[in-house]
Order: sequence, then structure tokens, then C-alpha cells
Amino acid sequence: MPQTKQGPASTGSTALGSLWKAYSEQTPERLKFIDAFLFFLMLSGVIQFAYCVLVTTYPYNAFLSGFASTVGQFVLAASLRSQVNPQNKEEFKEVSPERAFADFALGSIVLHFFVYNFLG
Amino acid sequence: MPSLAYPVPTDLSPATVKNTASLFRIITLALISGAAIASRLFSIINFESVIHEFDPWFNYRATRVLASKGFYEFWNWFDPTAWYPLGRVVGGTVYPGLMATSGVIYYILQALNLPVDIRNICVLLAPGFSALTAWATYMFTKEMKNESAGLLAAAFIGIVPGYISRSVAGSYDNEAIAIFLLMFTFYLWIKALKQGSALYGTAAAVFYFYMVAAWGGYVFITNMIPVHALVLILMGRFSHRLYVAYCSWYAIGTLASMQVPFVGFQPVSTSEHMGALGVFGLLQIVAFADLVRSHVSSQNFQKILRFGLVAIGGLGASAFVALTYSGKIAPWTGRFYSLWDTGYAKKYIPIIASVSEHQPTAWPSFFMDLQMLVFLFPAGVILCFRELRDEHLFVIVYSVMASYFAGVMVRLMLTLTPVVCVSSAIALSTLLETYINPVEPDAERDSSAPTEPQQTANGSSAQPSAATPSKKGKKAATAPAASSSAFSELVAASSGKKSYFSSPRGIFGMDTRVMVVLNTLWMLSFFVFHCTYVTSSAYSSPSVVLASQSQDGSQHIIDDFREAYYWIRQNTPEDAVVMSWWDYGYQIAGMADRPTLVDNNTWNNTHIATVGKAMSSSEENAYPILRKHDVDYVLVIFGGLIGYSGDDINKFLWMVRIAQGVWPDEIQESNYFTPRGEYRVDDAASKTMKDSLMYKMSYYRFADLFGGGQAMDRVRNQQAPKNIELDYLDEAFTSENWIVRLYQVRKEDILGRDLKSANAFEKGKKRKRSKPLSRRRAIV
Repeated sequence: MPQTKQGPASTGSTALGSLWKAYSEQTPERLKFIDAFLFFLMLSGVIQFAYCVLVTTYPYNAFLSGFASTVGQFVLAASLRSQVNPQNKEEFKEVSPERAFADFALGSIVLHFFVYNFLG
Repeated sequence: MPSLAYPVPTDLSPATVKNTASLFRIITLALISGAAIASRLFSIINFESVIHEFDPWFNYRATRVLASKGFYEFWNWFDPTAWYPLGRVVGGTVYPGLMATSGVIYYILQALNLPVDIRNICVLLAPGFSALTAWATYMFTKEMKNESAGLLAAAFIGIVPGYISRSVAGSYDNEAIAIFLLMFTFYLWIKALKQGSALYGTAAAVFYFYMVAAWGGYVFITNMIPVHALVLILMGRFSHRLYVAYCSWYAIGTLASMQVPFVGFQPVSTSEHMGALGVFGLLQIVAFADLVRSHVSSQNFQKILRFGLVAIGGLGASAFVALTYSGKIAPWTGRFYSLWDTGYAKKYIPIIASVSEHQPTAWPSFFMDLQMLVFLFPAGVILCFRELRDEHLFVIVYSVMASYFAGVMVRLMLTLTPVVCVSSAIALSTLLETYINPVEPDAERDSSAPTEPQQTANGSSAQPSAATPSKKGKKAATAPAASSSAFSELVAASSGKKSYFSSPRGIFGMDTRVMVVLNTLWMLSFFVFHCTYVTSSAYSSPSVVLASQSQDGSQHIIDDFREAYYWIRQNTPEDAVVMSWWDYGYQIAGMADRPTLVDNNTWNNTHIATVGKAMSSSEENAYPILRKHDVDYVLVIFGGLIGYSGDDINKFLWMVRIAQGVWPDEIQESNYFTPRGEYRVDDAASKTMKDSLMYKMSYYRFADLFGGGQAMDRVRNQQAPKNIELDYLDEAFTSENWIVRLYQVRKEDILGRDLKSANAFEKGKKRKRSKPLSRRRAIV
């Protein structure tokens, strides 16, 4: 695990700022790419949820499958992120980054099979 | 080179050893499968290839629809004959996994030009899947310890009566495939957790989906895995592998489970599934906190943690509480709630308490179902504690939860059995490994300071542990199976064979080894005898035919049920509605092929209470109910002649209770007892009891059998009543041993009279203002 470079910050806002700085400095490009995808999925999920809460839940299975699609894709991508993270190499001895990606692809296919089936 | 207790060949190449070992494994697994299948065939060989019990008859009927009409017809099947006049949407009220499985097997065999009857597939499905269960248990235990423990566990679960009781040939019930799916899902979960692989997580989710489609007990998995994950988090064992395994399982598995129509939106709306969702949310928070921590200093992290994460966690938890109270999340259903509050069902839902499987378990049944495994089981759990890898926590959590549930409900013995087999196999294989291991303890080195434990020659995977001596003593006490000295030896020996203490410990010489190993072998062989005996004597009788032994040992078969059902099938119109208590609903629909009012799928309590009311009220009151429901025949089971104790008079009080729950002013349980509070059927019986339809139908003409002598009811051991008259019903059929009695409901009198007075008129009884006999004849 790489050492953090920030000294102790005094206020909460600087804590967040140092977090952002440390993140952008230390994270490899690939992980940032995955993070962008994660952020997009989160936005999509939030919009769907807001629509469900504010407008209607009527085709409830459609809402659930759409929302589960974003949530499931989010956690699968987050799993991929932690599997390919060089920091976690020790933990995932049996899962190489290539295999992690194949697992991710398979998991997504299975997930979306169920999503389309449930969309009704 | 350590000294050896007995010579072992040294000139074998590792490849030879490995190949021989895997050959042995394959042969052993094949033999275990053979034993698992063969020991379930007693009922077919002794009787015939029929479906047993009650529920399997519905499964069989549904499978026949699936096999003859195809999957889509089955999926959209509306059954108008069940729950007459309501009907039942079968596709949406059934777990279709069992039928789909046997349907697929049926079509595959058809495609291979092996035209096997669907009934034989249904009958033999459970033995076939028990072989798969043995294999899945092998895989599971292999992850816990090693292959030898896996083989022992497979052998145990292959023949253990606790599992055989629900999976003999002919027992075509959901549990037949569910235990295999349970073990295989758990195996995949452990594998996913160990490797941190989304592939295994996805596979676990797919098998979880299969399990959801197969059995209502999937809720056990839905709560076991989250509890395991939660325990891991609370013990500070959070890892990214846990995150990957759990999230891939939950995200796919939950969506998949919602595809089963019977489950529907339950995974997002009921309390049983909220634990899994809560742990899912918690894992996101913990994983995010972990990510943040890797980027900032600990001081900053403290701040962020305090302000951000605690707030999110608190918000999520309070959202759950608020949603539960506002009713958005359904509370526990009665069936699950009665597991926690064990008095709940008896008080509020008599229909749950009335099922004999839902009673608490007595100790003898633990011993009968598990024999020696029941006392090896705690030893295995403690061995898991000593090594405590992530997957061992699973066995520990599973044991605790399943032991509790099996203690509350007889039926849940089934979910306990797999973990008992796994845990006992771990204990027993540790014992055997220790005592078969030829390495003698090294006396000289023991005098030196505590050394690092070293792996022994044959690679016993037992890890050293930091257990204190007092703990070891306690453990020896908990394991009365092995002789207690042997077990403390085992404890010392499993700690890497080199003692932690000044005195040399370990196993010296051949005699100890031979004694312990022979003793273990004796216990194992006795276990086999016990299992075979229990299986053949207790669990292999189809409830459709009753067998009795006569004096000379020859078997006498009482086949009244099928006699009566086939009489109905052949001698009544096809749309004749048969009313019976709900226990026989599936069998009537399956064998007699007639519409029934209620059946074993007890989804409509009021409808059952209506039947209960009709059975427990007097003829005059029951008759309108029967007519309003178009009932043509009423079927009662009566065991008074041959001493069949499971008859309707013994179930009668449950009918009364269930009816009382809906119509408290019309039916009161206390009216059916004598003034002294006894439940009697002889002359001392209460008036309400004597008037009730069930009583009259059971004992109608019974006294005539005894030719004027004393009529004895052999179940109640009381004198049966004489001179019972039925005004609204006609006896249509009574089976050979009087077990099944069928009554036809009379139509309304053509002259518009009350049926009672019409009957009295027929019998020639004098009405109050009736004319003398002679004058009436003169008119004609």
C-alpha cells in the first residue's frame, strides 16, 4: 500500500481536498477509467431512483430491472476494480487481471440476461 | 529423518502416489453414490414404485402436465379443480424447479430413445440427486479441510437417515433436489470467497436461482451467506475477496430470484430478505471506507469516517426501520416468525401448528437421524474454531443456526444434517490422520524450547493453534465419542506433532494406533448398520399403502386408500366435487382425479375453516355449506377398525380450532369435550361432538360390524356409539378395512321438505299428525 503524502489537515474541507489530491495522484489511469464508469452508473441509478420516487413506480419490474442493472453493473465493476488494483495483488493470488476481466464479462452477461428477462 | 511406527514404502514416485490417490477417490465416490442410491430403494423393492406422502402427489401431477403439454402450458397452468370453486393459479403458486428438473430429464431420455415413464423419473429423482448431494458435500468439505475429510463427509451424507428420511425413492418432494442445491451453492460461495472470484460468485448466484426455483427453504441461504459475511466484517476480516464474492452473488442472485413468479418482489419487500440487502449496503460502505483509507492519513480518515460513513450507515439503518414500520417492507410471515417465537403459531395460526412436522424435535430423533455424528459434530465445530480460516467461520455459523432451527422444528433437521456430516467428517478425519500417521514424536527435540510446529510427512493439513491447555481439556470433555484420552492426544498431536510443552507428547508405538483406528472403524461400521436399519424400518414405507406383519412374519398390505380413490375415479361423474380435510386434497386430485375443496397448499385459511366448520357442525348446519359449495361427496378417514391412528377423529380438534378461528361464535372447542374436559367418543361424549358431521360419518353403521356385541374403536380404545342416523348424506362407499368412508350428499327433497323430516317419513316414523298406516294404504 503506497504511503500517503499529506500532512495532517486541520479542517474537514481540507481533509476532503487532500483525499481528492491523493486520489488523483496515486490512482493508475485504468482504475480512473473504471471509476468514471462507476460514477456514470451511480448517476444513472440515482436518476432512475429519483424518477421512481418522484413520478411513478408503476411498472415495478421495469424499475427493478433497470435499477438492479445499474447496481449489479456497479458492484461487478467495483469488483473488477479491486481485482485489478495492484495494491490488492496479495489478496487475489488466483485471479489475474485478465481472468478478472473475463469474470466481469461473464457476470455482466448473466446479469443482463436476467435484466432483460425481468424487464417484461 | 523421523522415526516411523510402521514401515512405509519409500521408493514410490510422487506421481504414482498422486495418481493412485485420485483413482481411489474416484472409486470411493462412485461407491458412495451407489450406496446412496441403493439405500433409498427399500420402498420400491418392498412395495412398488409409487409416489409417497401427500405433497409429492401434487408435484407428480404438475410434472405430468409439464411432460405432456410442455413448459409454457405448465407455466400458465390454471387448475380449476383445486380449491373448488376458486381454482388455483399453479404457475404462480409453485416452486417449479423440481418439475422442471424432472421434465428436462424426461425430455433428454426421450431424445436418447429411452422412453421412461414420467412416474419412474419422479420416483427415482430423489435417489439420483442424493448421489449428487454426496458429491457436492465432498467438494464443500474439501474446501474446509482436505480430500479425505471430503470423502468421509460424502459417505456420511450418502447414508445418514436424517437426509434419507426426505429423499427415499418415491418421495418426490422439493427437498429431493434442494439439499443438493444447498450444498452446491454453499460450495460455490466458499470457493468465491476463497479466491475472490466473480466467476464463482456468479455461479453461486445461478445455483441460488435454481435453489429459489426449487424450494421455499432458499431463505436459509439468503440469510446464511449474509450472516457469514457480517461475522467476517465484525471480526475485522473484511477483504476485497469478500466484497467481490458477496456483491457478485447478491446482485445477480437477487435479480435472478425475482424471476420465479412465486417469489416475485419478495426479495425487495419482505423482512426475510432484508438482512442480505443490509449486509450488501454495509459492504459498500466498508469497501468505500477501505478505499478512502488507502488514500489519506489516519487522522484525516478519522474525520471523514466520523462525518461521512457513520452518517450514511445510520441513515440506511433508520431507513430500514422506518420502511418496516410504515409497512413498505412486509414483516416476517407467520411461518418464519414462529421459528423465533415458538408459541406464536399455536396461539394465532393453528394451521401451521397442526402440521406434525412443525413440532419441536426430541432428543431421540437427533440420535436416530444422526447416530454417532451427533456427538462428533461439536468436536468438528471446535476443530474449526482452532483453525478459523474464513470458510471455517461459515461452518460454525451454519452449525449454530441450523442446530437452533432443528431444535425448534422437526422438519428443519434436514438443513442440519449436511453441516453435521461435514463437521463430523472434519473431526473424524483429523482423528484418523493423527493415528494413521506413522511419524513417531521426537523425544529429544521436545526437551528443547517450544519449537515451531512443522508439517508432518504425509502433509496433514492440521494447522497449529494457540489453544490453551485448559481449553484442550474442555474439548476432550465435549467429545465423548473417541475415548477421552485419545482425544486429548489428538489435540496435542494435531498441533503439528511437536509438543508445546516440556513433556514429550504424541503417539508412540503401534498399539495405540491400532486400538484407536480399530475403534473408529468399528464405530463407522456400526454407523452403517444403524443407518441401514433405520432406513429400512422407519423411513421406507409409502404412506399410501399400509403394511402390517402377521404372526408368521408374512406381510399384509392394507391398500384402502387406493381402493377408495379408484372407486371415486371410476364410479363418480368427472365433475363430482369431493370434500375432505386438506391433508388428502393432493391425493384425491392425483389418484381420484376429482375436484377438491381444499388441499395441502394451505393458501386460503378461510376456505379450510369452511371445511372445518362443515365437518364439525351438526348435519342441519353443515348441509347448506355443502350445497353452497356444490359438494357431491364427502370423504373421511376412519381408523377405528384396524387401529390406524392418523384418522380424521384424531385430527378433528384441529378442524374445530381452525374453524373457531374464523367463526368464534358458532364453533367452540370446549363444546367438544366432556364436562370433565376429556375428548371422548363413547357414550360420555358431549352432545356437540355426537351431533357433529365428522363423528356421525366416522361411526355410521360401525357398531353393526360387531353383530350386536360391544363395538370397540381400536384407536381411541373406547366403545363406539350405536344407532347413528344420517339424514342428509348417504353412504356411498366404504373401503375394505373401513379406512376410507365416502358419503354422497343428498339432493334437496323433490317435495321441498326438510331432508330430516323426509328421512323420518321414509323410515316410517310417526310424524306428529300422521295418519294411521292402514288408512294411508287404503288411499293407494
